[in-house]
Amino acid sequence: MAKERKGIEVSLAVAEAVGQADCDVIAAYPITPQTHIVEHLSELVADGHLDAEFVPVESEHSAMSVCCGAAAVGARTFTSTASQGLALMAEIFFIASSTRLPVVMALANRSLSGPLSIWNDHTDVMMVRDGGWIHVFVENGQEAYDHVFWAFRVAEDPAVRLPVALNIDGFIMTHMIEPIEFEDDELIKRYIPEYRMEKPLHPDNPVSMGCFGMPEIYTEVQMARERALVESYTTCIKAWEEWEALTGRRYHAVETYRVDDAEYCIVTMGSLGETAMAAVDELREQGEKVGVIKIRLWRPFPFDDIYRAAAGKDALIVLDRAISFGGPGGPVALELRSAMCGRPQAPAIVDYVAGLASRDVTVEDFKAIILGGKAKAAEGDVAGFTLYGLRG
Amino acid sequence: MDKFSVFSARLVEKGEYFTSGHRSCQGCAEALAVRLVMKALGRNTIVAMATGCMEIVSSPLPTTAWEVPWIHVAFENASAVASGCESGMKAMMRKGKMPPKKINFVAMGGDGATADIGMGQLSGALERGHDMIYVCYDNEAYMNTGIQRSSSTPWGASTTTSPAGKMSKGQHTQKKDLPKIAIAHNIPYVATACPSFPFDLMEKVQKAAAIQGPAYLHILSVCPTGWRIPPEEAIRYGRLAVNTCVFPLYEYEYGKYRLNYRPSPILPVREYIEGQGRFRHLTPEDIEAIQERTMAEYEKLVKLSEED
Repeated sequence: MAKERKGIEVSLAVAEAVGQADCDVIAAYPITPQTHIVEHLSELVADGHLDAEFVPVESEHSAMSVCCGAAAVGARTFTSTASQGLALMAEIFFIASSTRLPVVMALANRSLSGPLSIWNDHTDVMMVRDGGWIHVFVENGQEAYDHVFWAFRVAEDPAVRLPVALNIDGFIMTHMIEPIEFEDDELIKRYIPEYRMEKPLHPDNPVSMGCFGMPEIYTEVQMARERALVESYTTCIKAWEEWEALTGRRYHAVETYRVDDAEYCIVTMGSLGETAMAAVDELREQGEKVGVIKIRLWRPFPFDDIYRAAAGKDALIVLDRAISFGGPGGPVALELRSAMCGRPQAPAIVDYVAGLASRDVTVEDFKAIILGGKAKAAEGDVAGFTLYGLRG
Repeated sequence: MDKFSVFSARLVEKGEYFTSGHRSCQGCAEALAVRLVMKALGRNTIVAMATGCMEIVSSPLPTTAWEVPWIHVAFENASAVASGCESGMKAMMRKGKMPPKKINFVAMGGDGATADIGMGQLSGALERGHDMIYVCYDNEAYMNTGIQRSSSTPWGASTTTSPAGKMSKGQHTQKKDLPKIAIAHNIPYVATACPSFPFDLMEKVQKAAAIQGPAYLHILSVCPTGWRIPPEEAIRYGRLAVNTCVFPLYEYEYGKYRLNYRPSPILPVREYIEGQGRFRHLTPEDIEAIQERTMAEYEKLVKLSEED
């Protein structure tokens, strides 16, 4: 049952989804490239299409703080940011998850200063990797739209109650006009019914939130956070299954493409997955046994899913979009090396960092990376990382 | 509105919402101020508190001194968190997701949280016009972390980061005038108060709660530990601050200034300064300079309140 698709900028589709989700409070500060999301949300509120408080804060730090306050009284809460904005709100980012406040945030991923750059990569999100949030990466406009609802569904689940970051590649996805199937409001209401927080801040039943922890209790609180995040995996999967039942569109923690008989795979996260698929198709025609593994769920990290997809392959060639300076490589390769460590039939991991600050990664680049990675794996040259396309 | 100005202690709310058992120092006038503020606000209140003395003493997990819903997120953002609580409740009540109820939304912070690190957030919250109260408990330094200077520390005070020495008189800048900064936001209500004048304080809190829109209360909170005075002297030093005009009690309501209390006679600032360890290095000439500045500031305030 093919539904009608509408050509729309992905940012606007995300804002429309937040509107359909009947969000109560939106607090945001303008920062390129997420500004269109916020602008469109303020339009929806101004035109009466969305009954919400739009709080035009004076900084991203306050955006997340307002979201924390609003989520603490039980409101459905959304914000959006990127890059420097995320860096500024980082302090509160960690507290939102430790206080178990189900804020949903669209992260229009882009590079961090310096030098100042407004373009896309994953250096911003990797800075808050350990912030205790659920992180999901999407690949195209439809996925971005769908995952707004998924994010609220998972975040507000009483078994989860954690904030969710919806990672959307800045510009190369947020500013694209893509064909998107919109769902009707009734379906959305069934998927995410009205949110009732268990113990909000309310005078009828006073609770204290954000108390301070002495050393004798801090460790246990961290363990509780760890468990909550790990156990949220079940709800993440269930929420994708429910979405499939309603819309026919199915998502997985790890997506695979032509991997069954593949000897080696390129691993991506975010919008470059589609380019990788095109490169794999061309290489397959040349007889290369190659596939694509796309990581959708970044936290909680799907160790078993990724192992199932990768076990028995000769090599995983990782396309990282951030650098850990002075460290062992890009963050995705690092995670994969640890996921494969000590497991039988573990593939070699070859790491490439590419596409920093939106430097184009074309089908030809992918082919060069895949074949280069294959050669490196064959030679046993698998330590560290290669900065692909470095000039001079 | 209840009138506390009749000075009848019997009319004061019996309930306690900031309860005993918290861990503040002996003689802490800030804890007293919080208690009085909460008595005046009553049960239907949500408090967002900045990191600082009052947060630390009142909320060590798994205990709490709070009988009202209370949230602490970070140091600088109590104003933003309170504006989030207000916005969330407003939206949910309007949409029928929450039964309507009159709730006081209150942000609280010390002078460091207010005058220094949270200045931008306070300004943002006041400018956006949330129906909330911001209460600054001003003990004139970062007492929680060991008495470091803030921009609200008065000239001449010796702190651990503005120590008096051969080349230093202690704090070398004048105290930042936070109530004036709040007034500059054109909000409906700004007031100064001191727990040594409890009825005046509670009346101002109730006024702030009744007024629609943002209100700012600046409460001088004597800190025996940081000011280096005996704990039993805290209330007396609060009175001295007011009676020497170092800390005048005034209100700004819908554009009009009102001095609530004109000390008569005005005591010399020497009486306020001399017994405090943080000022003990000051010479008679230094104290004379403080005296002159204090009176000049007070005269300005008298003029403003007479103009209105």
